Amino acid sequence: MSLLKKRRIGEGLIQAFLYFCGIFSIFTTIGIVYEIGKEALLFFFNPDVSIWKFLTGLKWQPQGGEFGILPLVNATLMTTFFAMLIALPLGLSIAIYLSEYASSRLRSIVKPVLEVLAGIPTVVYGYFALSLMTPLLRKIFGDDVVNIYNTASAGLVMGILILPLISSMAEDALTAIPLSLREAAYGLGATKLETALKVVLPAALSGLAAAFIVGISRAIGETMIVALAAGAGPNFTFNPFKGAETMTGHIVRISGGDISYDSIDYNSLFAIGLLLFIITLGLNIISQRIVRRFREIQE
Amino acid sequence: MRLTLPPLFVINLKRRHLLERIWRVVFRSSTVIGIIFLSLLLYNITNQSFGYVAEETKIDPDSLSVNGVPLKQLTVLELRDILAKNISSGRLRQLDRENPLLKMSNTEIYNLVWAEVVKPEIKASWSLYDSVFNKKKVFMEVAIKFPKAELKFISWINPVFLSSSQSSDPLKAGIRTAILGTLWTVFLTLIIAFPLGVGAAIYLEEYADDNRINRIIQTNINNLAGVPSIIYGMLGLAIFVRALEPITSGTIFGFSTPQSANGRTILSAGLTLAVLVLPLIIINAQEAIRSVSNSIRQASYGIGATKWQTVWSHVLPGAIPGILTGSILAISRAIGETAPLVVIGAATYITFDPNNIFSKFTSLPIQIYQWTARPQAEFRNLAAAAILVLLAILLSLNGVAIYFRNRYRK
Repeated sequence: MSLLKKRRIGEGLIQAFLYFCGIFSIFTTIGIVYEIGKEALLFFFNPDVSIWKFLTGLKWQPQGGEFGILPLVNATLMTTFFAMLIALPLGLSIAIYLSEYASSRLRSIVKPVLEVLAGIPTVVYGYFALSLMTPLLRKIFGDDVVNIYNTASAGLVMGILILPLISSMAEDALTAIPLSLREAAYGLGATKLETALKVVLPAALSGLAAAFIVGISRAIGETMIVALAAGAGPNFTFNPFKGAETMTGHIVRISGGDISYDSIDYNSLFAIGLLLFIITLGLNIISQRIVRRFREIQE
Repeated sequence: MRLTLPPLFVINLKRRHLLERIWRVVFRSSTVIGIIFLSLLLYNITNQSFGYVAEETKIDPDSLSVNGVPLKQLTVLELRDILAKNISSGRLRQLDRENPLLKMSNTEIYNLVWAEVVKPEIKASWSLYDSVFNKKKVFMEVAIKFPKAELKFISWINPVFLSSSQSSDPLKAGIRTAILGTLWTVFLTLIIAFPLGVGAAIYLEEYADDNRINRIIQTNINNLAGVPSIIYGMLGLAIFVRALEPITSGTIFGFSTPQSANGRTILSAGLTLAVLVLPLIIINAQEAIRSVSNSIRQASYGIGATKWQTVWSHVLPGAIPGILTGSILAISRAIGETAPLVVIGAATYITFDPNNIFSKFTSLPIQIYQWTARPQAEFRNLAAAAILVLLAILLSLNGVAIYFRNRYRK
């Protein structure tokens, strides 16, 4: 009885510390939303800026007082498009191959390779884009067509970066499908391909969709590749062989230079950051919803 | 009796089997392509890290020899005379003031002559592939374009590269300050993020009830893991660099060395990266703690242990390999992270070693970024060499992580 009544201050302190650790991540989120929101609001309340022009303007020229974000968004979408063009079909094929066809020995070789690919810092991919992909594109399409800095090269290399992410998420989704479904399909005389494409794939569709969305979110937030290879300077163009600065690329270039606090340039970066945060957060939340629903159906 | 199949079925079956074979090839080649990408990447970097360079000297070192004695074997006095003859007296006095010439050792003053008088300069560089397979072309090119230049085969990773600091001369530039900066920041990141992350994981797995707040914390952590790293950089810029400047620049503690730079210090970088990797550490640690079987906890409670005694003496020992593996992976993410450090304003050109947490700093990925962004080919070679060093560090960390995982897996 006396032991139960014994006051354990240490135990309480530890519990308080652990609770603080747990709650700390909430502080981080509040910090992000508050700080970025605050600076972004300062930007929007600036008399030279209107939200409407920010969202629809076709020119981003801080020196000229023009803050239209569409050129940056457009470049981001272009690089993302090229990234998904590579990562989605390849990632899906790799996932199907690993989960449906490959022997466990082969899987134990390929998966670490993909893990290594996923662990390489993005600045290395930026180097890769600039020193291999761009010269390659220029050799294929001609020097006068392809600029040294272009969104296609950055996007394609970004696809290689995202490939392991998509293939491993997609493979998880495919292997989560119970074996009984496959066996039923084989029992009906389906070939392996028919089983994979017509039975397993549709069953795993939501998991695959989640992988796809996370991939897009990652591509939108990716910075170093576009900072190095996509070009410095906002440019509203649909030509993938021309240079155009993305949202992340712009933030890095401007904040990397000498920038004075409380200037409209400084605040404008946070407006871009806020948009970036909202987009990626939205995509991540959607993908988590999908995964959760997928799991519920599985169980 | 043989079963006779209807002809349409047979035709169909052939078609289906053909499709099967075709797609199998497609799937397999995608996997091969993935592996090819990795090899291309590694090839590309190795290719740029070694190769021929055409080096031109301002004055032929042979012409400096005195009475037929080559430059290297001259005495300090003779070398000093060469210096005096070839550079302006103002520069000579300046050098003497920095470091008395006559007190120098032979090699020191020899290096000085080399840098001040001979002034080697790289005119062009070639990749490893060209240096090995197109040797003739390289020789011809040099003979035509740089007749005075000497062709040398060099490894861009060399002792000078590893031990000297940043320089505008590609022959003298190195990654010493960058490596030190990386070590400082990552060390800080680790001591901040590890206890916080493991603490949060213990709280969520062992203490938290399934109520609204805890569910929000969990969802929040999952969401934070997906926030682009550049956003963390902006958070760091706004909070650690600006708002907490008195603390992060060290002025509040009486640090005001010329090296401190308005909060753009190692401390700010470490804090930013700590916040960035925290969700990863938490998620990995949670998984490790969850994998400890429940019977162990119940046995501990059964003999009267308190909650913390159970966690500390029974759950954590079982979970520690998993926690370490996850943390190492998170740390290797922090080592390679570039964008947030650029945003919080890591210095791009510093020549002194960081010596405390309030120093300005640069880091390995930032150095790579800087060199890659330069148009000159020689800096690309330097970037490739720095990438090899970075990848070597990351691979060995990953190796350690895999070792832990395999060793403790039962």
